[in-house]
Formats: sequence, structure tokens, C-alpha cells
Amino acid sequence: MKMRNFLSLLLSGVFISANAQVQMADDFRGEGKIYVVLTIILILLAGFFFLLFKLDHRTKRLEKELKNKEQ
Amino acid sequence: MGYLLRTNWWKWVCVLLLFYTMIGGLLSPVPRLPILNETIRVLHFHVPMWFGMVLLFIGSLVYAIRYLKSQDKLFDIYSYQLASTGVAMGVFGVLSGMVWANFTWGQAWVNDPKLNGSAISLLIYLAYFILRNSLNDEELKIRISAVYNVFAFFLMVPLVFIIPRLSDSLHPGNGGNPGFNSYDLDSSLRKVFYFAVIGWALLGYWMATISTRLSLIKRRYEDA
Repeated sequence: MKMRNFLSLLLSGVFISANAQVQMADDFRGEGKIYVVLTIILILLAGFFFLLFKLDHRTKRLEKELKNKEQ
Repeated sequence: MGYLLRTNWWKWVCVLLLFYTMIGGLLSPVPRLPILNETIRVLHFHVPMWFGMVLLFIGSLVYAIRYLKSQDKLFDIYSYQLASTGVAMGVFGVLSGMVWANFTWGQAWVNDPKLNGSAISLLIYLAYFILRNSLNDEELKIRISAVYNVFAFFLMVPLVFIIPRLSDSLHPGNGGNPGFNSYDLDSSLRKVFYFAVIGWALLGYWMATISTRLSLIKRRYEDA
């Protein structure tokens, strides 16, 4: 497809956003399966943030230890 | 950077915003666009990588200039760590973009000025690390890499932001002279997108602060 066509398609898409003929994951959402995906992502995100906070905390402890040693 | 190293509150802002990004990014209504279909949601994940990269590079540039003015090696550590986290975000941006492009444009890599420009600017930043590691004289290494950092940033700006606008690009908002409003962001996407940008950028800064603190510890350990 020509780039110009693609761009104008994209831009016109804003004005025809009610266009129901474009294929979206409607069934997937309707069956509620999107919540399974979302829950998994949220659990993983929470886990990684936990690890990141722990790493942060360990760095802080190391900073303190070094400070005490220097005194 | 100094302030971000001392405080914690913004880490919770980052957590909150990224949780909001995941929930809003997957559940909020999006415009029904041909070609993109449901993958329009990648906007909240792919584009913030680039925003984050540019913000980290700006931080790196500021500290490179502050080093050149003050000769304080602390600023060199800030500058270096911000640049390396920025390059990581850029690589994530390229990889996620390739998957998205494979779906929407039919190829992982198309001959698009925005793609080539961002690849070149990442290579320029990679050369920054090679330059740093190839010099043995500490003083010389820091000063040359600070100067190179300034050079790399001002090459990145035209490669990523100007050249794609002068020619035609598959990326929306490029080719011609777009204002901010002609970005085809509708209001439901904006509600998530801006917060996603802040959240992802904060995550990048968070990573950069941890590696900065570790290299500060290393420096003090070596001095002691």
C-alpha cells in the first residue's frame, strides 16, 4: 500500500471511529477472557515491582553499611 | 537526578501509573481503525519507550554539560548511567516496534526514515560506550565521552524528529508538517497514553538511579 494511502486511512479512521466493520477482539472481550490476560499481567507487574523495591532496599542497606564503615 | 536519588515517593507514582497503564491500556475503548485493529493498544507500550529514551538522553546531556563546566566526576556517573538506561529503552522500542510492524506493515523492518534514523542514533550511542571503554586515561576518557555525548544527542534530534518529517514516513504524525493535534490520538487514547509515558519514563529513571547508586558505592569502596 502507498504510504499516503496508509496515512489518510489512519487519519480518516479518527472520524469513522464508530465503524463496526473493522475487526476487533470483540468476542474475546465479550467472553470476559480479557480479564484473564489482565490478571496475569497485573500479577507479573506486582511481582517485578516487589523485586525492584527489594533491590532498591538492598542498595540502600549497602550505602548505609559503607557509610558506617567509613566513620 | 540528585533529588530522585534521595526520595522515594516518585517510585510509588511509577507503580500507580504503570498499573493504570495496564488496566486502561487493555480495557479502555479505542478507535476502530483498519490495519491496526486491536493492536492500536500497543501505543501505550511501544511509544513510551521512545519518550523514555529521549528523556533519559536529555538527562544524560544535561549532566555531560554540567561535568564539562564543573569537572565533577559525580556528574559523569549520572550522565553515563542515564545514557546506558536510555539505550536499553531504545532497544526495547526497536524490538517492540518490529513485532508491531510485522503485523501492521507486513515486515519487521521497512525502509522507513523513522526506523533507520532511530537505528542510526542508537548505533551512535553504542559508539559512546565503545569510546569510553577504549580509553585508559581516566581524565581523558571522561572528558571525551562527555563531549561525544553532546554530539550524539544533537545528532539524535534530527535523525529521529526532523528527517522523518521532511520525507514521508509510515509513522503517524510524520511526513509533512504536523502540529501536535494531527497526531491521530483520540480522547480515549489520550486518557491512558500520557500517563503511560510518565509511568514508563519513571521506570527507566528508577533503573538508572539504582545503577547510579551502585556505581557510587563502587567508587567509594575503591577510594576507601
